[in-house]
Amino acid sequence: MRYTEGLRDPRAARALAEGLRRELDPRRRYRIMEFCGGHTHTLCRYGIPGMLPANVELVHGPGCPVCVLPISRVDQALQLAARPEVTLCTYGDMLRVPGREGRSLAAARAGGADVRVVYSPSDALALARARPERQVVFFAVGFETTTPPTAVVVRGAAAQGLGNFSVLCNHVLTPPAIDAVLDGDAGLDGIIGPGHVCTVVGTGPLVAIAGARRVPIVVAGFEPLDLLQAIGMLVAQIEAGRSDVENAYTRSVRPEGNPKAMATVDEVMEVRPRFALRGLGELPHAGLRIRPAWAAWDAERRFELVDELVADHPACICGSILRGAKRPSDCRVFGTACTPDTPLGACMVSSEGACAAWFEYGAPR
Amino acid sequence: MELAHGAGGRATAQLVRELFRAAWSNPVLDTEDDAALVDLPPGRVVFSTDGHVVSPLEFPGGDIGRLAVNGTVNDVAMLGARPLWLSVGLILEEGLPLAVLARVVASVAEAAREAGVAVATGDTKVVERGKGDGLFLTTTGLGVVPPGRTPPSGRSARPGDVLLLSGPVGDHGAAVLSVREGLAFDGPIRSDTRPLGGLVEAMYAAASPHVLRDPTRGGLATALNEIAHQSGVGLTVDEAQVAVRAPVAALAELLGLDPLYLANEGQLVAACAPADAPALLAAMRAHPDGREATAIGHVEAEPGVRLATRFGGRRPLRWLAADPLPRIC
Repeated sequence: MRYTEGLRDPRAARALAEGLRRELDPRRRYRIMEFCGGHTHTLCRYGIPGMLPANVELVHGPGCPVCVLPISRVDQALQLAARPEVTLCTYGDMLRVPGREGRSLAAARAGGADVRVVYSPSDALALARARPERQVVFFAVGFETTTPPTAVVVRGAAAQGLGNFSVLCNHVLTPPAIDAVLDGDAGLDGIIGPGHVCTVVGTGPLVAIAGARRVPIVVAGFEPLDLLQAIGMLVAQIEAGRSDVENAYTRSVRPEGNPKAMATVDEVMEVRPRFALRGLGELPHAGLRIRPAWAAWDAERRFELVDELVADHPACICGSILRGAKRPSDCRVFGTACTPDTPLGACMVSSEGACAAWFEYGAPR
Repeated sequence: MELAHGAGGRATAQLVRELFRAAWSNPVLDTEDDAALVDLPPGRVVFSTDGHVVSPLEFPGGDIGRLAVNGTVNDVAMLGARPLWLSVGLILEEGLPLAVLARVVASVAEAAREAGVAVATGDTKVVERGKGDGLFLTTTGLGVVPPGRTPPSGRSARPGDVLLLSGPVGDHGAAVLSVREGLAFDGPIRSDTRPLGGLVEAMYAAASPHVLRDPTRGGLATALNEIAHQSGVGLTVDEAQVAVRAPVAALAELLGLDPLYLANEGQLVAACAPADAPALLAAMRAHPDGREATAIGHVEAEPGVRLATRFGGRRPLRWLAADPLPRIC
């Protein structure tokens, strides 16, 4: 805790913001996307957009795992939860995400389904061991950051010969999502790269994107000073006409990432040919599934789930917000029909969602 | 615990006599009548009821028995009353170990003694295994506002009032969460469950607060929103003045929770006239349950609750949305 306090020092933050003001060109606009929902949360919580010069515009990205999961996958979890023999375990935020016709796992639980909140997939594995009469399914979501623990429990279930445990794998990959955003109409000058994702996968995947797309990327940590520093480094790159990948989160990210974690993931999971992300549509190589060798612990195979396309709520613009094309305040149901108590779209559910952050901390500036 | 223990027959009578009456004995309870007959000192009567369903039943710093006593006497004290009597309703699940029940009953007795109240009456029911979670406890508290004292109310905050907080926030919620999730931090986190009647009396000896509230479920943020809503005013709170113990802050950080939304069971927040603030704050700090009291902000005319952040920004401080921690008390 003590070291995070230093990274939240308001005087140092003001000094960084002042330095930025001196460095940038007042005649132009800088559109910078923070990819990560965790970054969105920090930026809103600390009011950082308001500290920046007016011509530096922050655009919220799609890196909130709860937000990018399409309704069809929430529906699969609902199908599973409806089965009397199933205990469905997942992270807390997933409970409130509205599925088809606004139904959520929280509502399913109130209706009698056995749905549990866990903080770690290993809790779900422990539950399966303790309750051999139940089919325990871990509803796995998340980008590369949360993928290794899921792979570890699949391996653990196999090692322990647990026949009553499986994973509904919805892990998604960052590079195709960044590519899709750059293909869209967000008009970005630079990207704040995902610090925790890069802790696992390293900076290699981003180097390929920065080179091919001519866009500077700075990998950042999740404290206010981390972000201000990254924004400063991006502006410097933009001014110099560079498009490199730089690491402003060296206390966590190594260029090679965490090879052991990546090897574990690779052993258990493979890239899907296509996977849909909310707002970005169906993308090649954007998701992971359990490899056939581990099929016994794959809930999709065990329960023969169908993946049906389900439309978002008609008034919800989560998709455009996730592409960086619109802001929460552009949505006519933001803060009225759609609030954290009554979310119509996923961006209002997770604390990493742009709408939830705007609602909680007020619209930036 | 068996179903017969709640059937009203010999087993019930034995349980009542050997366990409850032995632990809670006083002349009113000992009459063995269907209801309690009590004499009250002069003043307006305050009563309040509170159901307790905390899981687990025992946690660092307390258990459901202590919580049920303190939760209710504190609600009574928040109206400026001196708590005097309690009723205790127990719903027990078949199969609950007698040893657990005995510990809870003993801690009700101990907490009542500390709070200066006595159990006047009670009730016991037993439900089938699987129909309850060990033990649910409902308490009702009765107290009296001394003559001449204006009872504080959530509706009485006025623009210009100063907000006082008795101590660090989030201890109870963090303590329950830490055992539930099996998380341990640099030093154990203990619930702050304690009776606040003594602190309230010490405050009244100095001056009369306009509002008293104990920020339990939903934490300080929710209590402040309740006050703003009830009084039709706004509040601005200085985050730097709200104390959070280091292990609580660390646990909240790790789990992505805000300590301002974590439950407390032994803190109070007060609103008072600016002229009374120094005397009230001094009285709080002189009392063992208010040693770490601070002035955390003030009341304004503009509606809403705002937080002036440590970082130098301002943001709305909203009601708790979905409950991150069910079964906290």
